[in-house]
Amino acid sequence: MSTVATPARSRQDSGGMNVKIVNRVVIYGLLALFALFYLMPLFVMLVTSFKTMDEIQNGNMLSLPKAPTFDPWLKAWGETCVGLTCAGIKGYFWNSIKMVVPAVIISTLLGALNGYVLTKWRFRGHTLVFGLMLFACFIPFQSVLLPMATILGSLGRFGVTLQNAVGTSFGLGNPTLNLVFVHVVYGIGFTTLFFRNYYEAFPTELVKAAQVDGASFFQIFRRIMLPNSMPIFVVTVIYQFTNIWNDFLFASAYAGTGDAMPMTVALNNVVNTSTGVVEYNVNMAAAMIAALPTLLVYVLAGRYFVRGLMAGAVKG
Amino acid sequence: MSTVATSQIKLTPEDARPRATMRSRLQDALPKIVLAPSFAITIVFVYGFILWTIYLSFTNSKTFPSYAITGARAYQRLWNWTFDTDPPSSWYTSITNMGIFGFLYIAICLALGLFLAILLDQKIRGEGVLRPIYLYPMALSFIVTGVAWKWFLDPGLGLEQTLHQWGWTSFHFDWIKNKDFVIYTVVIAGVWQASGFIMAMFLAGLRGIDGEIMKAAQIDGATTFQLYRRIVIPLLRPIFLSAFIVLAHLAIKSYDLVVALTSGGPGGSAWLPSNFMYEYTFKRNEMAVGSASAVIMLMTIVAIIVPYLYSELREKPR
Repeated sequence: MSTVATPARSRQDSGGMNVKIVNRVVIYGLLALFALFYLMPLFVMLVTSFKTMDEIQNGNMLSLPKAPTFDPWLKAWGETCVGLTCAGIKGYFWNSIKMVVPAVIISTLLGALNGYVLTKWRFRGHTLVFGLMLFACFIPFQSVLLPMATILGSLGRFGVTLQNAVGTSFGLGNPTLNLVFVHVVYGIGFTTLFFRNYYEAFPTELVKAAQVDGASFFQIFRRIMLPNSMPIFVVTVIYQFTNIWNDFLFASAYAGTGDAMPMTVALNNVVNTSTGVVEYNVNMAAAMIAALPTLLVYVLAGRYFVRGLMAGAVKG
Repeated sequence: MSTVATSQIKLTPEDARPRATMRSRLQDALPKIVLAPSFAITIVFVYGFILWTIYLSFTNSKTFPSYAITGARAYQRLWNWTFDTDPPSSWYTSITNMGIFGFLYIAICLALGLFLAILLDQKIRGEGVLRPIYLYPMALSFIVTGVAWKWFLDPGLGLEQTLHQWGWTSFHFDWIKNKDFVIYTVVIAGVWQASGFIMAMFLAGLRGIDGEIMKAAQIDGATTFQLYRRIVIPLLRPIFLSAFIVLAHLAIKSYDLVVALTSGGPGGSAWLPSNFMYEYTFKRNEMAVGSASAVIMLMTIVAIIVPYLYSELREKPR
């Protein structure tokens, strides 16, 4: 803005120039201050995770570690106690991976197909269908938490019966599979929204032309839509990955105990444990490990991450 | 589709006709068949489950669901608890906290987000570095945010201790352990996490404003402050609305942050309705009461979201 004002002001005395410099200093100062505010917790977490317990208790929170040690990270990964088992958080990290990967793939593909149908193969009432799916994104999950728990519980009992009868439960009652299912169910609203909005802008003439040439529903999807959907796939995958990795409510309700806990639940258990000495450095290392996958995605593809958030925020 | 099918029929013998129409009919129905599972899932697992929860809230379910309707007892209990404030009930605490948290969280995020966006829009060198720094907390889970801020706000370890070491020994900041102030620490951590994203929304809005309007106003002698107050901020109204919806929605759903940051606070003093619902449903064996609180949460969201979605979807065909 200030540069726009320059021509009008340039004829004035040098007082205007000084005001401008002061303005710039204030603006940069404020921006730097806020950058500190946002970086502080991450910084503290990071330096603490490399300190020994001695240094934490006697030193300053903000000082750099005097003798950086990797031990807290190793301990968090392989030895720390989650509940009663003391094998570190590595198992829970893999639980999260095993849950996130299928859930992201399935929900994204379903979203792509739904978006394709809702924009290029419209039928009467398509707005209502979309509206109902869209609203599902916004419900507080507390309003479906209990019925889902009941259903998953019954399926689990049925799985046990099957196990006894035919020797396999077909995955019924497996907490990781349950979570995959839950995240797909409550994720397709968002993925459908993303793809619908993206395909809305995609030229329908191309689809019509392919139709005239005799291409089938799936041929058009595979040959025309998919090759042009890379950006929205990246956005959707990142959005779903972040959301599902970071989820705590479903994870604690449906896999809150036992070996199948996802990372977020395990981290909360590590940190809020009431037994023994609290090892802050290990806690911080565990928190960093839990944060790393999403942070990494953010660093590598921040632009798409923001676009996904925006698309989730601005509908229509 | 159907035109393609009819031209085929001319070429094929008479007996192939039914098959062709079958196929074409299948082709016609295919899009709906593809969409059907997702739609069915949504109807059953979202809307069906919501009805189920509403139903449960009118029973006297305790540890296990019971399906005999016993009236609005659960709501009556919540209602009574709301005004029976001595000692404050968990529900009273939860909705009071929701009010405090919701208001401050939304107001501060909007104000801070707009402020930072305007600062960043002043042709700043290094914007590409600053923007990701403001935004990264949004990529973290609430649990990680909670763990980080729990440490930072702990009187014996974090900020207070650090300032004591630096010589400011009278500094006192124990909100996280104080039942009257713990909810404000949730606000701090929540604002830290979401305000950068709100900044990004406003910044996108600012970048979309026509430069000509700004120039014209400046030629007319408007000061920078006037320019923003009278022209830019009114133009950002749609962003305010979107940001408000996002924040309100995040606020009502907030659950993880309270758990990780405060473990519920001393005596449940940091509870939000989401925590109340979880505790009563899964830990205190008061399923009906928990369901009733979930229904109230849902109604609050419906009141905010449905008018918004309706207007967004209705405008579309034009």
